[in-house]
Amino acid sequence: MLIGALRARMERLGGTVTSAVWRLGFASRFLFYLCLHSGTALRRFRLTIAQIYFAGVLSLVIILVSGLFVGMVLALQGYETLQRFGASESLGVLVALSLVRELGPVVAGLLFASRAGSAITAEIGLMKATEQISAMEMMAVDPIARVVAPRFWGGVISMPLLAALFSAAGIFGGYLVGVQLIGVDAGAFWSQMQAAVDWNHDIMNGVIKSVVFGVAVTWIAVFEGYDAPPTAEGVSRATTRTVVTSSLAILALDFVLTALMFTGGNH
Amino acid sequence: MNRSMIDLWVGIFVAAGFAGLLFLALKVGNLASFSTADTYQVNAKFANIGGLKERGPVKSAGVVVGRVASIRFDGETYEAIVNMNLEAKFQFPRDTTAKILTSGILGEQYVGLEAGGDGVMLKNGDRLRLTQSAVVLENLISQFLFSKAAEPPAKEPAK
Repeated sequence: MLIGALRARMERLGGTVTSAVWRLGFASRFLFYLCLHSGTALRRFRLTIAQIYFAGVLSLVIILVSGLFVGMVLALQGYETLQRFGASESLGVLVALSLVRELGPVVAGLLFASRAGSAITAEIGLMKATEQISAMEMMAVDPIARVVAPRFWGGVISMPLLAALFSAAGIFGGYLVGVQLIGVDAGAFWSQMQAAVDWNHDIMNGVIKSVVFGVAVTWIAVFEGYDAPPTAEGVSRATTRTVVTSSLAILALDFVLTALMFTGGNH
Repeated sequence: MNRSMIDLWVGIFVAAGFAGLLFLALKVGNLASFSTADTYQVNAKFANIGGLKERGPVKSAGVVVGRVASIRFDGETYEAIVNMNLEAKFQFPRDTTAKILTSGILGEQYVGLEAGGDGVMLKNGDRLRLTQSAVVLENLISQFLFSKAAEPPAKEPAK
């Protein structure tokens, strides 16, 4: 009786782990196959351009507005703390470093996951549910090369550009609040920022982060869409899973990347 | 939405993305001075400039009257030469004193100008003769310690 219950529980645990590992393996094989068959997406670049439009251009408004407001809030909060130590001129450094190193890639990645990632999953999932994918296979068109790869590359290309725009809008927002509204000295704001922000150490590391997040988010999005059960419920669950998984992936990857990049202590 | 519109928007998006990156890059390099006001340049030699930075403020009576244009090291006198762009509407006498001061305890350093009494005004390219270097905290502490050590010890109370 007791042993039977224990056995059932163990079986459930084992099943969960096995299916998680199986899914991870399937997702890795999917990525590998996707990269092998990206030739079409890159040769017929028009397919990818259309996806850059959907993933990148249409995310532009939310990215720019969020960046602007994040920068303005950073400036307000940062000034509040810095002026207690008479260091309010360092506001530019605070705003720029936090945006370029962390908030730019991470918040842009989270917004990208919920704005573009969910759309990719829903689109591919619905294509599968309405048997458009099967129809392509019947016509000897590889759906991974024709449907999945352009979306993947479109997302990977868009993400670093969106993160850079997010950081730029945020620094502009910080300038608006810090210099124009509060009245921090403009020369000190920019010159201290320039002195403290390093091209390789700060900006390039931010770009690397955003590329990694772009690959992770789009990979999760196309995989969940392609793997979704072809029902209305299946597609909706897959879309939710995309947002949750890719948000967690971004935060976890961010920790790993930050630990690798910024613990040299040689800055 | 037809093809050329999509191409146009993607083009704008990519160009804007690179412009954003360029904007970030210019934060590191030297952003061109965005002050378009009429200025004249004067320079001053300091034995020590402390933490003064290019494009830092030049203040007189606490009001910003100019910016530090460039800082060089003079290999012959082993001093720092600070070039400053002062706004043309503020004229200073020739015997103006330049000091390197700090705003607050942790604040940034700036050049403070104290006007003298000379009737002749500074012109473009003039040098300020009277300067005072930045106060270095370590030197201040060691001066204090040495002057303390030089004092005769306080008299022991008689037993």
